[in-house]
Amino acid sequence: MNWKLALNIATTHLLTKKRQSIIAMLGVTFGISMFIIMISFMTGVNQFTEDMAMDNTPHVRIYKPLEIEDKKIIALDKPQKENDWYVVEHQRPKNELSKIKNGLTLAMQIERMPEVMGVAPQLSSQVFYNNGPVQIPGNIYGIDVKKQEALFQLDKKMDEGELDDLLKGSDVIVMGKGLAKKMNVTVGDRVSVTSPEGGNLNLKVVGIFSFGVAAMDESRSYATLATVQKILQKDPSYVTDLNIKLHDINGASVFKQKLENQLDGVYVEDWETANQSLLAGESIRNIMTFVVCATLLVVAGFGIYNIMNMNIINKMKDIAILKATGFQGADVTAIFMLQSVMIGIAGGFFGLFIGFFFSYLLSITPFPAGEFFRIDTFPVNFNPVHYIIGLFFGFLTTLFAGYFPSKRAAKVDPVRIIRG
Amino acid sequence: MKILKATNIVKYFTEPEKFQVLKGVSFDVEQGEFLSIIGKSGCGKSTLLYILSTMDTDYEGTMEINNTTVTGLNQNQLAAFRNQHLGFVFQFHYLLPEFTALRNVMMPALRLGKYSDKEIEHRAMEKLRLVGMDEYATKHASRLSGGQQQRVAIARALVNDPTIIMGDEPTGNLDKANSTRVFDIFKQLAHDNKQTIITVTHDVDFANGSDRIIEMEDGRIIGTHYPNGKQG
Repeated sequence: MNWKLALNIATTHLLTKKRQSIIAMLGVTFGISMFIIMISFMTGVNQFTEDMAMDNTPHVRIYKPLEIEDKKIIALDKPQKENDWYVVEHQRPKNELSKIKNGLTLAMQIERMPEVMGVAPQLSSQVFYNNGPVQIPGNIYGIDVKKQEALFQLDKKMDEGELDDLLKGSDVIVMGKGLAKKMNVTVGDRVSVTSPEGGNLNLKVVGIFSFGVAAMDESRSYATLATVQKILQKDPSYVTDLNIKLHDINGASVFKQKLENQLDGVYVEDWETANQSLLAGESIRNIMTFVVCATLLVVAGFGIYNIMNMNIINKMKDIAILKATGFQGADVTAIFMLQSVMIGIAGGFFGLFIGFFFSYLLSITPFPAGEFFRIDTFPVNFNPVHYIIGLFFGFLTTLFAGYFPSKRAAKVDPVRIIRG
Repeated sequence: MKILKATNIVKYFTEPEKFQVLKGVSFDVEQGEFLSIIGKSGCGKSTLLYILSTMDTDYEGTMEINNTTVTGLNQNQLAAFRNQHLGFVFQFHYLLPEFTALRNVMMPALRLGKYSDKEIEHRAMEKLRLVGMDEYATKHASRLSGGQQQRVAIARALVNDPTIIMGDEPTGNLDKANSTRVFDIFKQLAHDNKQTIITVTHDVDFANGSDRIIEMEDGRIIGTHYPNGKQG
């Protein structure tokens, strides 16, 4: 096989029929560029929703639920016998703190486990924000600022002020955007916060954050653990949640099982259980993206198949003469396969470029998402892997589309063509 | 020396219905002989030529070219054999229209790959000079006249110095002046280069100029003439 000669003939054919070659190439270009745009945008959206939900979601969360005791309190120490009845109507839960016992020590222990990236202890409570005579219900979260930044990127959600400002003063909070709007406060103003037990504290707003989720932005505020402990009038070891981030997000359910076996008196929840609807939506979007992209590439492939077929019908005489002068079937196949592959590669690269160009345009197009979404433009994911996949599949499609016509060309009987 | 031996060649056409075109044709060709095959349309002379050319493999009987039995070789082996040992000139010129005259001539030699590209180009130019087409070497094949194209096609048939050159009515589409030219080239090849020429022709003048005429009718050889006196 003389590849140099085959390549020379193939390029000459392509260059002589420039218009036809360009049309064939544009088929691939269109397929690949649409693939790139679609997949960049779809994965961008997926990434965005996932980030929005996952940034703030611990992979595994430990907390203590308030449960109504099943056993009758009055019968706790006395074994119940058959004829010995205790009846308590409408038993209430006992006054139990939702505190995790030795929470901070436990956090340090869990943090040392190999699967764990970090543990952020948290103290949450319902509070009232006093806005003049009106009380607005909401939640306040006491956090370990440094850990919260490292694990949940809370500092990236700040619209005004810095999260680190929480560490610089005492009695300071950062407040959700929606809540601040309701209260008509801005950075530097003071608000009064009341705990359910009646503790009251005057706090200075040092920052405004927004997650892009209205339910969170309209009710939450964050302060240091110590500040919230002060509002609730609790001791410095009082924490209600341990939010754990793992190195491998997919190991969450296994790790949850492990923790459940070791810990007692607390409830362990993994993120998959907490976010099932989100996961389902994402996998459906992924499937759709791939179906649409595969269809586009197949359509492009058929385009090439048709053009190559026509090309070979037009070139019957040339094929016959090449075979008459000693070209073998494989030589002829090589000539037409090379044409197909060149169309594929040129169209593919051009498609990547066009795809990148339009994804870039999309990524700078303003996206009217409303004031709560932390997003100004369409979310687009520029992942080089997509470009490699696109090129690879474009190449594969042209290889397939070119193969069958080329095989046909190899089988041309020169006698039949030359004798007419 | 016998360069080609055809023994009892039988060929059927199956379409539109089964029909015996060649009914046992046998003959030998000497090296350096200029042989013409004549006969009326439909007598099977072109069919015979395409069998001799090894392109048509669907026949009975055996054929030997240059001491190689070509009957029964596979398509790839035959292609390689044609490439090296046979040259063709057709009634219609069949150059590759996208390429220059020179490139067309070089093509079979590039396929053979026996010489470097530079050497091949040099040899192709020589062949073009032989047919008087060297001035048109860089012209595209589609820009040449019929006679010019036919001469380029002959140069292409010669580029690998084949033992046998076959022509299917090589002058069938040419005017008198060009026909004479082609004839002279063939004559020179046979007598000076000792290359064997086998042509199928309707052209009586052309046939009468050759060394031997085989006349065919109805799938059989009905006569052999030596218009210029028997040789060898």
